[in-house]
Amino acid sequence: MTETRPAVSIKGLSKSFKTGVTALTGIDLEVRPQEFISLIGPSGCGKSTLLRIIGDLIEPSEGIVEVNGKPAHRARLDHDYGIVFQEAVLYDWRTVSKNIALPLELLKWSREKRAARVRELLELVELEGFEDNHPWQLSGGMQQRVAIARALSFDPALLLMDEPFGALDEMTRERLNLELLRIWDASGSTIVFVTHSIPEAVFLSTRVVVMSARPGRIAGIVEVDLPQPRTGRTREEPRFFELVTDVRERLAAGGADIVSAEAE
Amino acid sequence: MSYAAVKHSLVEWAPALAVFAIGILAWQGLVAAFNVQEFLLPKPSVIAQTFWDERGSLWDAGIYTFKEALGGFALGSSLGILSALIFAAFRPLGTAFMPFAVAANAIPIIAFAPIMNDWFGLLNPFSKMAIAAVLCYFPVLITTVRGLTSVDPRSIELMRSYAAGRGTVFRRVRIPASLPHLFAGLKIASVLSMIGAIVGEYFGGPITALGVTILNASAYSNFPVAWAGIVMASAFGILFYGAVALAERLTTSWDPSRRDFHTE
Repeated sequence: MTETRPAVSIKGLSKSFKTGVTALTGIDLEVRPQEFISLIGPSGCGKSTLLRIIGDLIEPSEGIVEVNGKPAHRARLDHDYGIVFQEAVLYDWRTVSKNIALPLELLKWSREKRAARVRELLELVELEGFEDNHPWQLSGGMQQRVAIARALSFDPALLLMDEPFGALDEMTRERLNLELLRIWDASGSTIVFVTHSIPEAVFLSTRVVVMSARPGRIAGIVEVDLPQPRTGRTREEPRFFELVTDVRERLAAGGADIVSAEAE
Repeated sequence: MSYAAVKHSLVEWAPALAVFAIGILAWQGLVAAFNVQEFLLPKPSVIAQTFWDERGSLWDAGIYTFKEALGGFALGSSLGILSALIFAAFRPLGTAFMPFAVAANAIPIIAFAPIMNDWFGLLNPFSKMAIAAVLCYFPVLITTVRGLTSVDPRSIELMRSYAAGRGTVFRRVRIPASLPHLFAGLKIASVLSMIGAIVGEYFGGPITALGVTILNASAYSNFPVAWAGIVMASAFGILFYGAVALAERLTTSWDPSRRDFHTE
């Protein structure tokens, strides 16, 4: 059954840059379908590099990366994943609708099919009424919702997110966290989420992968057994704080400077 | 335009209009008060009267010279855009040639005007178009190459995640992103093309040309006509620049760097 094959499978991965810096070493990781997995670690632990290797935007030095049971390169060509960066990276000359529809244009969807899909997505990310606005007319949080809608537009099985809410204020971030969980639940996709924030990782994830720096390694994996669906109340539960402490201690054990990691 | 908008733009422009009026009045008053000789500086009222009396021949001369400028602008800018596309698409070629373009942009190309007159004939309008074209070529080339190559790397990365090829990235990202830069070059070129045509005519041309009109009027001490010719040249220059600026506004209204106000 294809259901049981991992969404992402990484074996013996390492990455060294031409400068001689070893960004990642000895990474083994399996992400199950429909899992929400967070990569957390201090700056320089290579978590963004790892995300880009999964997306075949950077080549690994060693190791095998498979997405949906096929090599990462093949998966990229097959549009198996959507990606969201820290900045929304919207195209200024395109309206909200046309930014969301860009991947669909590249996939040669018909105009009618694109328009129908964009309407669904605008509803999903609650941006109805803004379809004809240009990016400069939107707030940072709205821009990021457009980026998420664009990544989901072609219904990829996997969503890669590189600190998507890192540039937003705390209140917007918490609201978008809840929205993202709703979208995750509705779309049934697998999410690999890079973050600096321990509470964010615990709140969102089914598993948190704790990484240590220089060279980046997996220091531990924390299963998050908080009940689904998560709500605003989840952050107040004792179990939430226990898990936050667990992740924090593993980060510290991995050599992370906790104070500076949290300040970021 | 609403009443409020008209009122707003009047208030906005009032200081500049006041400075213009005071400048003209001061000019008129000082020339009269100090009895400045006409060959040094005629009164604005005399220039205005001459401009009105000679409006027919000045207009014809202006149109003649403007056609040269426009032809040179069209030729030089198209070649500049074409070269920029080639240099941006084939980077090694750009690396080899761009230093010369930057150097050429720093030399007084107008010095070649007599050579162009020799090559294409004093009375042939193409000799003036050629000098205007060479003047327009370099700034358009340089700004367009900058626009095509200084695209946010993440927006290229995003296109790669959609498995988009180089051609698609060029068409969908590099070219639209370069438009604000292109227009910066075109605005410079519009000014340079009028300078090129008129200075080209100073080195010789038909008596129907504006540059020749100004030159002859000065030579025969008919200074009010020379000044009226300069006014006509300025009018065409400003209108040409304004037309390019209007095209820019219509084409790149999405450009966030054009916004000097906030919407939220």
